[in-house]
Amino acid sequence: MQEFLQYFFSGLTNGAIYGIIALGFSMLYRSTDLINFSHGEFVMIGALSMVTLTMTLKIPVIWAFFIVVFGVGLLGMVFERLAIRTVKRPEPIVLIIITVGASIFLRGAGMLVWGKNAQSMPPFTPHPPLDIAGARLLVQSIWILVIAILIAACLHLFYRRTLTGKAMYACAINKQAAWLVGIPSKMMILLAFGLSTGMGAVAGAIIAPVTMPAYDMGAMLGLKGFCAAMLGGLGSLWGSLLGGFLLGVLEAMGVGFVSSGLKDATAFLLLLLVLYFRPQGIISAASVKRF
Amino acid sequence: MLPKSKMRVIALLTAIATALCLLFAAPVSAEQKKETIKIGGIFSVTGPASFLGDPEKKSMILAIDRINDAGGIDGHMLKAIIYDSEGDPTRAVRNVQRLITRDDVTAIIGPSLTPTSLAVIPVIERSSLPLISCAAGNKITDPIKPWVFKTAQSDIHAVASIYGHMRENGIQNVAIIAVSNAFGESGRDQLIEQAGAFGIDIVARESFGGADKDMTAQLTNIRSAEPDAIVCWGTNPGPAVVAKNAKQLGIDIPLYNSHGVASPRFIDLAGDAAEGILLPTGRLLVAGILPEDDPQKAVLSDYMEAYENRYRETASAFGGYAYDAINLLAEAIKGTGGDKAKIRDNLEKIQGHVGISGEFNFSETDHNGLAPGAFVMVRIKDGTWELVE
Amino acid sequence: MIRTDKHLIACFVFAAAATATGLLVENAYYLQVMIFIGINTLLALSLNMLMGYAGQISLGHAAFYGIGAYTTAILSTTYNISPWLALPAAVFTAMAIAYFVGRPTLRLTGYYLAMGTLGFGIIVNIIFREWRSVTGGASGFVGIPPLEIGSFAFDTDRRYFFLVWGVVLFFFIICRRIIDSRVGRALRAIHDGEHAAAAVGVDTAKMKLKIFVLSAAMASLAGFLYAHQIFFISPGTFSFLASIRIVTMVVIGGMASIWGSLLGASLLTLLPEWLHAFADYEMMIYGLVLMLVMIFLPQGLTRGILDIYENSRKKNDK
Repeated sequence: MQEFLQYFFSGLTNGAIYGIIALGFSMLYRSTDLINFSHGEFVMIGALSMVTLTMTLKIPVIWAFFIVVFGVGLLGMVFERLAIRTVKRPEPIVLIIITVGASIFLRGAGMLVWGKNAQSMPPFTPHPPLDIAGARLLVQSIWILVIAILIAACLHLFYRRTLTGKAMYACAINKQAAWLVGIPSKMMILLAFGLSTGMGAVAGAIIAPVTMPAYDMGAMLGLKGFCAAMLGGLGSLWGSLLGGFLLGVLEAMGVGFVSSGLKDATAFLLLLLVLYFRPQGIISAASVKRF
Repeated sequence: MLPKSKMRVIALLTAIATALCLLFAAPVSAEQKKETIKIGGIFSVTGPASFLGDPEKKSMILAIDRINDAGGIDGHMLKAIIYDSEGDPTRAVRNVQRLITRDDVTAIIGPSLTPTSLAVIPVIERSSLPLISCAAGNKITDPIKPWVFKTAQSDIHAVASIYGHMRENGIQNVAIIAVSNAFGESGRDQLIEQAGAFGIDIVARESFGGADKDMTAQLTNIRSAEPDAIVCWGTNPGPAVVAKNAKQLGIDIPLYNSHGVASPRFIDLAGDAAEGILLPTGRLLVAGILPEDDPQKAVLSDYMEAYENRYRETASAFGGYAYDAINLLAEAIKGTGGDKAKIRDNLEKIQGHVGISGEFNFSETDHNGLAPGAFVMVRIKDGTWELVE
Repeated sequence: MIRTDKHLIACFVFAAAATATGLLVENAYYLQVMIFIGINTLLALSLNMLMGYAGQISLGHAAFYGIGAYTTAILSTTYNISPWLALPAAVFTAMAIAYFVGRPTLRLTGYYLAMGTLGFGIIVNIIFREWRSVTGGASGFVGIPPLEIGSFAFDTDRRYFFLVWGVVLFFFIICRRIIDSRVGRALRAIHDGEHAAAAVGVDTAKMKLKIFVLSAAMASLAGFLYAHQIFFISPGTFSFLASIRIVTMVVIGGMASIWGSLLGASLLTLLPEWLHAFADYEMMIYGLVLMLVMIFLPQGLTRGILDIYENSRKKNDK
């Protein structure tokens, strides 16, 4: 029982990380019909700038957090303006390759700025791990959990209650129709990019204390986040979060009950099974466009 | 008139084409002095193993500049031509081919990793020129290949040092947690192979991915197996996560690590969790606290000073692999005028060369040349290293 | 039919050019770079059949590349079977796996298909790494023998150059045949709209599976050629990133274009060689080039260059 709980906690920590990254994928998809394969790199930039701001420049964590999120969100908007809007034929596959190119570019830039070594920073609040029925949970994990759920809730309200949110959703359903009813669709897409990359930065900033960020961390995180988003149902906010937790817990159970070498294989095999039997994800949001 | 956008495209393409032509032409046109001996280098300067490749590249340049400043070898100047393999075997092979046939090098230093080294060996053997690898894997020089040497300490010796220390401290049941790449695999194989000889039982075997963020699940498995000690085999940042997670779970048995984390960076990353960790390392890390009569002391402080003055960063044992390789090669080149077969023969005859990683004694049956004594055991205490007797 | 003839002439010209290159180039490095371009062209072509013509994305194509390489490595090294017997085994293994994986996977569409194939690719890669007694694990598989016919060995780069490009040329012709046949028209119908294709009587599931199996066979052949050229394989070569690289080749070169596969594979193989000089800036420039090509030539290099050519001709006519 104690072991089981410990696997579960381990899965919960990883799952919250995957979930919050998946949220970034899902929310961009919901607003623009696009998957940003450089999302992991924005997480990396968020994590590394968090370390620089708090460790080198000694800015208090809370301020550093907002500076990072705002800054990376701005960077995401610049990226949209320069590389996405300028595309002559915005077909999904073209945009995917552009974001793949962007991920390589940003990784290279990250390497130049922060060097090749991993960095580290202390947790937000110094506190010994919690002991729950013999299993240990880090306080930072709770921070990650709380912030992930908080963000999903905020986004939920944003889409349901605000005019901008509704307008953004409308753009994804039909850009032409949205434009006809007077929604500035270009503006909405720009905003969606800012929000999505800003969320990537949130993920980066809160995981920095537990992950020892380095310039090449983005690829794996992006992959797992994408995976979680698909598992939960692309475009569904709560689905993404759930997909993240599911992936994290599955991985941890894979280590516990199968073998740690086959950890990823276990997770991906279950993912394939989910896809085969429920191709739209656990919570489906909208039908997914073909290439 | 062309539409403006088309003009832009054409201008862009022309610019790219011109740039590419220039690039292709540039390296060829550099004129060489007749006597210069060219030495190739292949390191994982970028990619996941950049912590190895980057100091290796810098150390190779440093060593070559120092030799040239001292007047070269028999009047021959050395020239370094270095390519990045990014840790990819295919690129390593292509780069080796490029060094041999286009740059016409006399010998090659590197690659940094075991898979990349194994991948280039067929090309080296076919082309008959000396290669001095900087990778740890035992398979590189066992069985012996005529043209292949290596300067990094083998895993065999690292494992022997760890097990030796365990035997003295009465540790019998051991759990292994290794990274799932070539480095971890090679270490795990050696740990399993030598366990019997030291009377050690392996009670749990776990692995983790190089980019994993949480290893508590693996450590929970290990805890249930009730070992006397844990050996973690990996390179940063994985082992630092293991150390932190072990502390989080309150596991208080001795934690051993490999020479893969033997750099101050590990202490930075693991913080408090690094306290008490034991690991085997070359003497570079503890150069400051070595006794004055240690034969390596002078060589080590000389290298560290030169490296730190030039690059403004701390020297690491990894850079030492390439530094040793160049100095060994320089010794072998003496009197050969750059003849590859003679250099190879000379390399095999080198005895008592005191380098960064230890004392090298090459022979026809030993192309690594290091004895188990190349490693010392250290313990991390108060954020620094402490020699263990 | 005229189109086919034109293509044959183009292939002939291309074969002549390739032969001349193979005979004239002396430097082993250049020959080897061209061998890799050949192998990558075969890979890009195989994926282009699936992606460009049938409109089915795959982010796990490197798995079949790896299955080809590992099957021949294991059979010809561990079991001492002639590589020529290992070749059909490698191709058949890849086809069989493609058949069983393709059946459920190809029912998915869009990003879900991307995810399904990606997951498959990752699982196969983990098997390469973890099935250590057979595959040699993460350290890789050493000692793969060179190819030989009787006493004639493909052991020099020049001989291998001709072997690889011979295979590539063969598939240039075969693929064009398929595209111009009934199957090809059915595939394009699926690409344009699956329901519409089904409505006019195309058995879409069967067609997609067929092309997936063919594509896997070609990729495994590329893996076979790779293994017997390098004599060493390790899981890293067939990772998720390799799959992405193949997709990039197809899209950069031009989807639904045979010559586009050649162009895309050439550019993406040569680019890193050229960018060596930039050292630490290499990655940034590589990413930037990918982005710029896609922004300005979203239909890939072949279409893009043709457009520029046609535009300039129109201008001259005026």
